Amino acid sequence: MAPAFSVFEGYLVAYRRTWRSSVFASFLLPLLFVVGFGLSVGGYVDARGSLGSVRYLDYIVPGLLASNAMQMGYAESAYPVMGRFQWLGSYHAMAATPLRIVDILAGDLLFVVFRVLTSTAVFLAVASALGGVHSAWAVLVPFACVLLALAFATPGAAFTASIERDSHFALVQRFLVVPLSLFSGVFFPIAALPVALRFLAYASPLWHAVQLCRAATLPGFGLTPLAAAGHAGYLALWVGVGFWLALARFRHRLTR
Amino acid sequence: MHARGLVKRFGSFTAVAGIDVDVRAGEAFGFLGPNGAGKSSTMRMIGCVSTPTGGTLRVLGMDSRREGVAIRARLGVCPQQDTLDPELTVRENLVTYARYFGISRAVARERAAELLDFVQLTERADSKVEPLSGGMKRRLTIARALVNEPQIVLLDEPTTGLDPQARHLVWERLFRLKMQGVTLVLTTHYMDEAEQLCDRLVVMDGGRIAAEGSPRELIERYSTREVVELRFGTEPLEDRAAKLAPLGERVEVLPDRILVYADDGDATAAAVHRLGVTPASVLVRRSGLEDVFLHLTGRSLVD
Ligand SMILES: Nc1ncnc2c1ncn2[C@@H]1O[C@H](COP(=O)(O)OP(=O)(O)O)[C@@H](O)[C@H]1O
Ligand SMILES: [Mg+2]
Repeated sequence: MAPAFSVFEGYLVAYRRTWRSSVFASFLLPLLFVVGFGLSVGGYVDARGSLGSVRYLDYIVPGLLASNAMQMGYAESAYPVMGRFQWLGSYHAMAATPLRIVDILAGDLLFVVFRVLTSTAVFLAVASALGGVHSAWAVLVPFACVLLALAFATPGAAFTASIERDSHFALVQRFLVVPLSLFSGVFFPIAALPVALRFLAYASPLWHAVQLCRAATLPGFGLTPLAAAGHAGYLALWVGVGFWLALARFRHRLTR
Repeated sequence: MHARGLVKRFGSFTAVAGIDVDVRAGEAFGFLGPNGAGKSSTMRMIGCVSTPTGGTLRVLGMDSRREGVAIRARLGVCPQQDTLDPELTVRENLVTYARYFGISRAVARERAAELLDFVQLTERADSKVEPLSGGMKRRLTIARALVNEPQIVLLDEPTTGLDPQARHLVWERLFRLKMQGVTLVLTTHYMDEAEQLCDRLVVMDGGRIAAEGSPRELIERYSTREVVELRFGTEPLEDRAAKLAPLGERVEVLPDRILVYADDGDATAAAVHRLGVTPASVLVRRSGLEDVFLHLTGRSLVD
């Protein structure tokens, strides 16, 4: 593990200089969503009582927490990974040291974990200050978010390692990330979706993470231990397969 | 370092076509060849990053395929393209890289200070990498290659793209390393670099080794002592070359001049005049590796 931590440490040294510029995307934007949707759209939803006694703001807080983690996991595996392959060559520099490919990949993912844990924790703290968190189980939210972020970051890194041009990222964003964030139960229950789209939601790691997060912050949405384990297991499966794929693609690209 | 039948293929393209190379401890060894000769591909295999497609490769007595981690721990690598981190300072680049070798933070900081001194970058220690000149970046990359006190340093085109002054600074540092007993393996397409730095070298072309020896041996074996360079302005060179052929051991026609190879250049130049051939300019010089390369491949080294 120590070699992977040396990679992570290198990213932290750089992040010490650049974290300010990431504050908007990772802390402020999600909060704007909470306030914007929770208060404005929430006004209409709550007036009609569509969610029973549950406030809309409380409903979307866990969804936005998860959706934010997904975006972050994907974003960290797109441009930064491409840069380290192509523009900066950092991976090539690392591959010339005793680091193994698996150390390099693990070091990257440790940084993703760090970013998601910190931003989720801040998000969660602000959301609970706004009265959007209603259960002590909420302390588990960062872990669900980390699993979700890795479920995107690992196949994301495998994808980035396989392409040469960054123009693909816009397509993934438009046809995968955005639809997933709309149809995975972040803003409204998936029961409201047509059946075909509902199956998309079941397959989406985001939906599983939203279920976990919502269960942790809203008592009315609790899960049985078996269901919770099922959701977490599904996410873990993505992480496992994604890691395996990423490792193979990294190895192919760096040792050719 | 010991390679037998070393091959590297990219798909159906063969970049390195089965080379045999031995580098002895403490020597400065060069791969001299034009772009596309397969030098970088070879260096990446020696650096245990790229996996050989065929052949055997042993570095520091270990098998490159199975013991890459242990080998890389004792190598220093200066790649052809700079891979410095622009978000870090000069010093942080060294310390961060040292950490990849499992070197403690305290020792890493100490080494970074020593190495910055060695490559004369101490004043720029806390500057970002971006504003550094090409020569400074190159020196920093060399310093980075030394953080683990390597036994072998691999340098892929260490001075390509640098101005003459920056090149001399790099050469001087590399010479000091050599004096300290570090084994240097470098690639270059500059013959002056190969002549300055290398005890022994191989001439590489099209993925193969065309010749091997010390710069002196190669020149003695594949060229004459001197060369007469004749320029004729814009006139066609071919028929003149035919006329000049009996004067030297060998005559080469380049796009802009004719080279006559002979041991006594001045005598040959006089003979040219006696033949009634009147070139626009005549230059007598000693043979160099460029001439060796021209003889071996029929092409000049730098296009
Ligand atoms: N990753 C790669 N994929 C495909 N072809 C490559 C790759 N790397 C190098 N080559 C090809 O192999 C040949 C030798 O390249 P290289 O080893 O970089 O030569 P040199 O360093 O002597 O200029 C070149 O024709 C180059 O295009
Ligand atoms: Mg090269």
